[in-house]
Amino acid sequence: MLQWKWDFAFSILPRLIEATGKTVLAAGGGFAVALVLGLVLALAQRTRFRPLTMVTRELVEFVRSTPLLLQVFFVYYVGPQIGLLLSPWTAGLIAIGLHYAAYLSEVYRGGIESVPKGQWEAAKAINLSAPKTYRRIILPQALPPALAGVGNYLVGILKDTPMLSVIGVAELMHTANAIGAENYRYLEPFTIVGLIFLALSLPTAWLFRRFDTVVRRKLGLIK
Amino acid sequence: MSYLEFLSTYGELLAGGTLMTLAQFVLAALVAVAAAIVSGLMRLAPFKLVRGIATVYIELFRGTSLLVQLYWVFFALPLFGVSLHKFAAGFLTVGLCFGAYGAELVRGAVVSVPKGQWEAALALNMSPARRMWRIILPQALVIMLPPWGNLMVEILKGTALVALISVTDLMFEARQINSATYLSAQAFGTALIVYYIFARFMVTPMMRWLERIMARRIGRA
Repeated sequence: MLQWKWDFAFSILPRLIEATGKTVLAAGGGFAVALVLGLVLALAQRTRFRPLTMVTRELVEFVRSTPLLLQVFFVYYVGPQIGLLLSPWTAGLIAIGLHYAAYLSEVYRGGIESVPKGQWEAAKAINLSAPKTYRRIILPQALPPALAGVGNYLVGILKDTPMLSVIGVAELMHTANAIGAENYRYLEPFTIVGLIFLALSLPTAWLFRRFDTVVRRKLGLIK
Repeated sequence: MSYLEFLSTYGELLAGGTLMTLAQFVLAALVAVAAAIVSGLMRLAPFKLVRGIATVYIELFRGTSLLVQLYWVFFALPLFGVSLHKFAAGFLTVGLCFGAYGAELVRGAVVSVPKGQWEAALALNMSPARRMWRIILPQALVIMLPPWGNLMVEILKGTALVALISVTDLMFEARQINSATYLSAQAFGTALIVYYIFARFMVTPMMRWLERIMARRIGRA
């Protein structure tokens, strides 16, 4: 029957905490890639150049409807075959960044579309160039309302980082697996990993909700 | 090796994996729908204890990774005396995980059924169970079906993780072929395309069809 060994649990804690740092790093890196790439994907769908719009649209759909795990493998194994030697970290960040960029581009798109038409017309009337219209008028109004959605995906990325363990990124799950294999005890490492994820994702989600309310109040969207 | 040769050699393996993925998806989707309805309604219960249980379930599954949950169920749960076969462990965990996400959709939809509908059912002296089943849930269903469409695609993608507890699904077979042949682009590329076809041309259209049917049945088409 079950035996939870506290001394074993405490002895593996330092290694798991160290690995938590790498998980956070992977999530942060992936998020950074996704934030920027997502905006590129969103803007590419708004150009008047039809082929670019359509290809981007299909790419986003494709990335969104296939498993991240498979994409991680694809980037890691196919990369070298077309001459891109990628370390597990780089491959992982590219895969997870691209995957979430597809999701974020939808969030951005929703935000951009929610900007009233009068804003576009006014920008045109005062003869602003397209880049300037986006940078000064549209994006500042489009992004804050999209914040809650962005926050959800940050938590999503955090929870998806264990998938990078399959290509050898030494994050939490990878470390827990190694500890389990060394000691033939999986209960403690996996349970602690679960608790660490709870401890990371619940406050992050809460923080983003708070942040979102503050931003909305500042913008006068809610009282 | 040309792509056609690749398909004729490994097509059978990939087809077998696809069937397994399909089975995992259907079962996981059923578990998710059941778990979502039960825990979503429990969140609205008048008793604090019932609400608490549902909240713990939802936060527990939404706050941790699906992969962590899978490993935990497969490797740690047997120590509690519950040994699940990998096939059952796979779809049950995926289903429970996404059921937690679905619970919020159920709760949100039930709450957004107009108040007049609740009052009318009360005025007709319906029992709470009957009111929920005959009046509220059908209308809530129409409200929540669109987001469920997205969730179904997420469930399909989630089933790819069962390969890591060695359920022989599409992901698993693609990985096997890759490690045996190093035909990575073909193996993983084919699997990507199969998942895409499933999601885009089967799951999504089916959910759209369901949306239309349900909207028509309550007279909103």
